[in-house]
Amino acid sequence: MKARIHVTLKPGVLDPQGKAIQNALGGMGFEGVDEVRQGKYIEVDLTETDRAKAEAAVKTMCEKLLANTVVENYTIELV
Amino acid sequence: MKVGIVVFPGINRERDAAAAFRTIAGTEPVMIWHRETELPAGLDLIFVPGGFSYGDYLRPGAMAAHSPIMREIKKAADEGRHVAGVCNGFQIICEAGLLPGALMRNASLKFVCRDVLLAVETSNSPFTRAYNAGDVLQVPVAHHDGNYFADEKTLDILEGEDRIAFRYCDPEGYAEEGWNPNGAQRNIAGILSENRRVLGMMPHPENAVDPLLGSSDGAGLFKSLASLVS
Repeated sequence: MKARIHVTLKPGVLDPQGKAIQNALGGMGFEGVDEVRQGKYIEVDLTETDRAKAEAAVKTMCEKLLANTVVENYTIELV
Repeated sequence: MKVGIVVFPGINRERDAAAAFRTIAGTEPVMIWHRETELPAGLDLIFVPGGFSYGDYLRPGAMAAHSPIMREIKKAADEGRHVAGVCNGFQIICEAGLLPGALMRNASLKFVCRDVLLAVETSNSPFTRAYNAGDVLQVPVAHHDGNYFADEKTLDILEGEDRIAFRYCDPEGYAEEGWNPNGAQRNIAGILSENRRVLGMMPHPENAVDPLLGSSDGAGLFKSLASLVS
């Protein structure tokens, strides 16, 4: 089973990298870009076959290491 | 005072810190490799130095925060021992939960490596007692992720409990936004734990201990610690 994890900055946390990307897009002539937020995408291959157990394990991974929950949110998708 | 300096792969300021403890505080620190599972007996202070542990992979300090030795350092801090984290060390102890908040990418997105001015916000700590509140220090910073972030409630608590050790300031000691090198909230450069025995700061006092280095304003931190006993 594979876990697809998105780690994103919490709303309200300044994202200077997202801002720089937004400015670059504007400079390239792309119009109507209201906001850009940059995050991380992490794939974890798991040997666990039980969906509930896998989800619980990945959630712990996110809480302990993959995300800093002071400033980041995460979402988990199992495929 | 007995000092232990923690060494992670990718750390690069541990010898500067050792030299500062040796020359200013008159104590020869012991180096502690990060895979150790026990701290040397009788340490009064554990110093987590600057550098780029684990290449800053994932987030600065994230990997180091889960090194075997960090479990022991957390335990030691809970028992009231003193811990100081500078630069990457600040990032590591925040990631490990010893201090609130997080260090984020500099608002300018640029690596900043230059001297900054710091206002001493409190002399009520074992790390700052040789200073007077309001002193202005010239100390270098060298970081890409020093933008201190915590929610408003946490910032209010830090201020209310006199737990802000240093702020970036102008030459008169005012925390003006234009003198903030990284976008840190409320110009925060260093904070203290609730029991005031854990300090985290982005600037490098160990690199400002001799006029030859351009400033000896950081020496006060090591003088403050000289007579420390946990």
